[in-house]
Amino acid sequence: MAVLLLGEVTNGVLNRDATAKAVKAVAPLGEVTVLCAGASARDAAAEAASIAGVAKVLVAEDARYGHRLAEPTAALLASLAGEYEHIAAPATTDAKNVMPRVAAMLDVMVIPEVSKVIDAATFERPVYAGNAIQTVRSRDARKVLTIRTASFEAAGPGGSAPVAEATPAADPALSQWLGDEVAASDRPELTSARRVVSGGRALGSKEQFALIEALADKLGAAVGASRAAVDSGYAPNDWQVGQTGKVVAPELYVAVGISGAIQHLAGMKDSKVIVAINKDEEAPIFQIADYGLVGDLFQLVPEMTGKV
Amino acid sequence: MKILVPVKRVIDYNVKARVRADGSGVDLSNVKMSMNPFDEIAVEEAIRLKERGAASEVIVVSVGVRQAAETLRTALAMGADRAILVVAADDVHQDIEPLAVAKILKAVVDQEQPRLVIAGKQAIDNDMNATGQMLAALLGWGQATFASKLEVEGEVARVTREVDGGLQTIEVRLPAIVTADLRLNEPRYASLPNIMKAKKKPLEEKTAADLGVDVSPRLEVVGVREPEGRSAGIKVGSVDELVTKLKEAGVI
Repeated sequence: MAVLLLGEVTNGVLNRDATAKAVKAVAPLGEVTVLCAGASARDAAAEAASIAGVAKVLVAEDARYGHRLAEPTAALLASLAGEYEHIAAPATTDAKNVMPRVAAMLDVMVIPEVSKVIDAATFERPVYAGNAIQTVRSRDARKVLTIRTASFEAAGPGGSAPVAEATPAADPALSQWLGDEVAASDRPELTSARRVVSGGRALGSKEQFALIEALADKLGAAVGASRAAVDSGYAPNDWQVGQTGKVVAPELYVAVGISGAIQHLAGMKDSKVIVAINKDEEAPIFQIADYGLVGDLFQLVPEMTGKV
Repeated sequence: MKILVPVKRVIDYNVKARVRADGSGVDLSNVKMSMNPFDEIAVEEAIRLKERGAASEVIVVSVGVRQAAETLRTALAMGADRAILVVAADDVHQDIEPLAVAKILKAVVDQEQPRLVIAGKQAIDNDMNATGQMLAALLGWGQATFASKLEVEGEVARVTREVDGGLQTIEVRLPAIVTADLRLNEPRYASLPNIMKAKKKPLEEKTAADLGVDVSPRLEVVGVREPEGRSAGIKVGSVDELVTKLKEAGVI
């Protein structure tokens, strides 16, 4: 059977990592068609066509899909649903906004954050902040899912899928975009980085959070943060790792001054190697860390930055 | 303008969920339950809109077991005006799916005619993040999810949303659905006098059948298991030792 996959496109650029991981996840379900929608989506479509395992790319380039407002984007997906048994997307904020709307339009349940595809109707997904893994079997004729990208490898290059135009759907015109505040960064993107260094409340200030950034830059790592660090204004909200922030699974995750609350662990406990630096040797983070270092982060982090 | 706020009774966020030995689900017997943290934020925002004169009445609604009445009393103590309980399950272990909840909420919206629905962005038990969006679809309304700032002005709501990469501001025509993210506000605590007063506020009880909604699940839960455990790590004595270990592991 066939799969329609919503490509992750931001400002005309394909997020290749997230899209390729979703392609890898859904490829066993059938022939994969990637939809690239946006005010400019043609370059993204060309790039999506080069992902191995993509059979076809649909491009919907129209001002109404600029910034991927939920209502027009969901209307487009629902209008294309006909020939597909599965409609999927990487579990980004764009997809979490749109896919449940699509599912309800089709009168089916959405299956969010799929971490394993067992068969065409059976999927695993984490619940309770990742403290339980649920296996669900869908009774719906059509399955709408989002893919937890941290649980899958990215599909490689080498594809050469044809690109075709998708017919735009009627725009319900219920909302409009006013503006973006984008946190500019030269660092690797958090969800696709091979290494992540995260800071928590113990950093004490935005200025001192620079210690985390210095270590991250030395390691070529992305910077993450706990909710406490974000709420205190030490780091922007899109750096938050956890149940309600981003879910990452890098090769190396360094948690500095983070106690290890359930909600934070939900976003990083599938990392390959976890390092914890904390002055409290009873902190829960040490129960899941491969390597723990007890001591003052203000001394240990600069020392580590100097030695890696 | 009426505001409707759906609230959910869930396992308290501080409790670590335990998977039942038979793999049927998470054990919720004798576990502390509370209002879903995102729903507290939604209730708080609705009350603030009322305090600013932008809303006339705040109605809270919960779908689930009869004990969800406690959750509704909490919302009433925070400042909501009245409550609707839709009993749809006998057993606390039966989680009603977002699609069914959205259909029930649609029926409530059809009756109550609010101009704004403020929901939490996700429930911390099923982690679905779907009900608000599904309700918006069923009603054919606009949606503003993951809100960290909300201004209601005339016929529109201006909402700043927490998205990957930063913040996005959109304007959505009323009536609309907004879902609350963590940073929208800091919910108030209910004072003792308000908790006492809340006991006298109206709480109407209905059933899913009264509203004509079939709550049978579309997703059959085949099993629930513990996640793979991590093997115990070691404590190192110095930065040098840590760097050596990380080099040996090939991660730096």
